[in-house]
Amino acid sequence: MSAPGAPLAVLAELTHRCPLQCPYCSNPLELERAAGELDTASWQAVLAEAAAMGVLQVHFSGGEPTARKDLEILVRHAAGLGLYTNLITSGVLLDPARIASLAAAGLDHVQLSFQDSRVDGGDRIGGYAGGHEKKVAVARQVRAAKLPLTMNAVVHRQNLDHLGELIEMALALDAARLEVAHVQYYGWALVNRAALIPTREQLERATAIVVEARERLKGRLVIDYVVPDYYAKRPKSCMGGWGRQFLNVTPAGKVLPCHAAESIAGMHFENVTERPLKEIWQHSSAFERFRGTAWMPNPCRTCERREIDWGGCRCQAFALTGNAGTVDPACGLSPDHDALLALAKVESAAPPPPLRYRRIGDAPKMPPKPLSRLGEPV
Amino acid sequence: MSARVEIGGASVPRLPQHVKLRYDETRKQWVILAPERVLVPDEIALEILRLCDGVASVSTIVDMLAAKFATPRAEIAGDVQEMLQDLADKGMVVA
Repeated sequence: MSAPGAPLAVLAELTHRCPLQCPYCSNPLELERAAGELDTASWQAVLAEAAAMGVLQVHFSGGEPTARKDLEILVRHAAGLGLYTNLITSGVLLDPARIASLAAAGLDHVQLSFQDSRVDGGDRIGGYAGGHEKKVAVARQVRAAKLPLTMNAVVHRQNLDHLGELIEMALALDAARLEVAHVQYYGWALVNRAALIPTREQLERATAIVVEARERLKGRLVIDYVVPDYYAKRPKSCMGGWGRQFLNVTPAGKVLPCHAAESIAGMHFENVTERPLKEIWQHSSAFERFRGTAWMPNPCRTCERREIDWGGCRCQAFALTGNAGTVDPACGLSPDHDALLALAKVESAAPPPPLRYRRIGDAPKMPPKPLSRLGEPV
Repeated sequence: MSARVEIGGASVPRLPQHVKLRYDETRKQWVILAPERVLVPDEIALEILRLCDGVASVSTIVDMLAAKFATPRAEIAGDVQEMLQDLADKGMVVA
C-alpha cells in the first residue's frame, strides 16, 4: 500500500479540564488530569510537525481549551505556521480581555457551544449554574472583537424541540454559521443514551426545521447538520474515513484517528513524545488497522459506497457489538441494524433516566452491552 | 443579524475574514479554508476568487476575465455573477 495522503486537520485536545459537565461529552470516560498534559513546548512541536506534514487546520479543543494559560502562545505559533486556527470553546472562562488577546494572537474563528436556547435548560444540561447567560455575553464579546462566530448546539431529546429557538439565537448573536449536531453515542453519551436519544418523529420534525431554515436563511446563516445515525439507512462517513483526513492529539499526546477511538478496547495509540507525528500517521498500527478498504468485512468490502462511507464508524461498531471490525450497525445492511432500531425505539419512548454528568474520576463502569440479534435488545 | 448578500454588477466582493484562500504546498493546489471545511476551487472559481480583493467590483472582475481569456464580456458576465452569488450563499464571499 502506498503512503497515505496527509491529514487536513488536527484536533488538539489541550486539556480535559472543563467547568461544564455535559452528559454527552466527547472526551473519553477516563479523563486525563492536569499533571498528565503536554507542556507548551511539546504542543508547539506537535503544531510544527502537523504543518510540515500538510495539515491545514488546527482546532483547539478540550475539555475547555481556554483553561490552558498558554493558549495564546499556541494560537500565535499555529498562525505563524500558516495553519487555520479554530477555537472550540464553552466560553465560560472567556472575557473581553482574553478574547482580545486571542484575536491579537491570530485566531481565525471561534466555535462557541450552547446546551439549549433557554437559561434553565442550558444550565441544567451543562451542569454549570450561570453558564447560559455567560455564553450569551461571550458570543457578543466575540463579535465585538470582530472574530467570526459559529454557534454549536448539540441536540437530543431534551432540547430538540427548541431547535427553532436555537436558530433564532444564532441570528440574534450574529453567528455566520450554526452547527446543529445530534449526539453521537460513544463514551459519556453512550452512558446517557436513554436520556438523550430522540424519537424518530422528533428527529423528523427537527430535520424539517433545518431544511426550511436553510432555504429561508440562505446567505445569512450557514447551518451544518449532523444527523443521529441510529435512524439512518447508511452509516455516516465517520471522520471521512479512518486515518484519511484527520487526527486527534489527546492532552497527554496520544495520537488518535478520532476523538472517540480510545473507547475501542485493545488498541494501542502511540504518543507524540515518543515518535514523530508523521510516522504515527503513516505507520502506527492504530492508524493502519482500519485505513482504506482492505480491513472491511462483507458486505462493506464489495459495497458500491465503500469509498463514500468508509465502513461507517468503528467506535460505534465496537460500542454496539463488541467487535470494532464488524459492519456499523447504523447501516441497513448490518445484521445488527434491526436490533439497533428496536433499541432506539424503546429507549426514546420511555421516560428519560437522570443524566449522568461528566466528571473527572467519575467514569461509570459500563462494559459495552452487545446488541442481541435474536430477541429484545439487552 | 445580517441580510442576505445580493451580488450585482456594482457589488465589491471579498472573502470574509474567516475564509482564506491559500496555496497548499503539500498537495500543490489552491485551497479555501473555512470553519470545518477545506474546499478545492475549480479553475474558474479560483480565477474569480483571486480577483475578489475588496476593491474590484463584479463589473470590473468581468472586464478583467474577459480580457484575460479573450472572451466577449456578455458571454461570461452572467456566469461570474451566478458563481459569486452561490459562493455568497455558502458564506464564502461577502460584498
